[in-house]
Amino acid sequence: MSAVILAADGVNVAQNVGFGIIAAAMIFAALKVVTTDNVVHAALWLVVVLSGVAAQYILAAAEFVAISQVLVYIGAVMVLFLFGIMLTRAQIGKETDLNNKGWALGIPVGLALLGLLAWAILDAFGDDVLPDAGPTPTVALSDQFLSIYLVPFLAISFVLLAAAIGAIVLARKD
Amino acid sequence: MLAVNFLLLAAVLFSVGVYGVIARRNAVMVLMSIELILNAVSLNLVAFSLMTGAVDGQVFALYVIAIAAAEVGVGLAMVLMIYRNRKTIALDDLSEMKG
Repeated sequence: MSAVILAADGVNVAQNVGFGIIAAAMIFAALKVVTTDNVVHAALWLVVVLSGVAAQYILAAAEFVAISQVLVYIGAVMVLFLFGIMLTRAQIGKETDLNNKGWALGIPVGLALLGLLAWAILDAFGDDVLPDAGPTPTVALSDQFLSIYLVPFLAISFVLLAAAIGAIVLARKD
Repeated sequence: MLAVNFLLLAAVLFSVGVYGVIARRNAVMVLMSIELILNAVSLNLVAFSLMTGAVDGQVFALYVIAIAAAEVGVGLAMVLMIYRNRKTIALDDLSEMKG
C-alpha cells in the first residue's frame, strides 16, 4: 500500500530501492553479529553493518558523517576489535560457550523493545515524507562546531585525550 | 522517501544490539553489540537532521562517533587487563561485585 502512495507522490524510487537493499543487508549482518559462533566472523559481519550505516548516511545527504563513519569505525574501531579478539583468545575458530546460560531471555526483550519502538515511530512519524535534500555542506557543520557547539567540542576532545591516556594506563604491563 | 524507513531500520538495529548485550557471554561480543546500539542512535539523529533541515543532528552524530571511539578504546583496554589477570573474559565468571 505504501509503495502505491510513494509512486503517486513522485517520491524518489531509486533512493527507496537502494535503501531497501542496503537495509536488508544490514539487518541480516546485524543478526549474524549476535548469533554467529565465531568471534572473528562476528567482527567481519559488524564491518558490513557499519558500511551499511555509512551508505545510509550518504542516502540521507550526510556525506561528512558518512566519511567519518568509514574512517573512525571501519578504519580504527574495527582494527581495535580485531586486536582485542586476537589478544584475548588462544584459538581462532568456532566456540561453543559464547552465549550466557540465560541467553533466550534476550529474544522476548528484543522483540518487545522492537514492537514498542515500531509502534511509537509509526504513531508519531507514520506518513512524514523526507525532503529531497542536496548534500550538506561541510562548512555548515564546521560553523555549528565552532560557534554554538564549541564548548561540547572542547569537552569531547578532552574526553578523547582522557580515554587515550586511560587506555594506555590500563593496558600496559608493568 | 518516508521518515519511518530510517527510523524503523534504526529500531531493528537497536533491538538486535540489546539482544546481543543480553545474550552474549564474551566481553568483546558485548562491546560489538554496544556498537550496533550506538550506530542505531546515530542513524536516527541523521534522519532527524534530514527531516528538520537543520545540521544539528549531524553534529550530534559526530559526537556519538567520537564517544564510541573513546568507549571502545577504554573498554578493550579493560578487557585486556581482565584477560591478563584472570585468563578469561566470560562475563559470568566476573561476579566478585555481586551482592
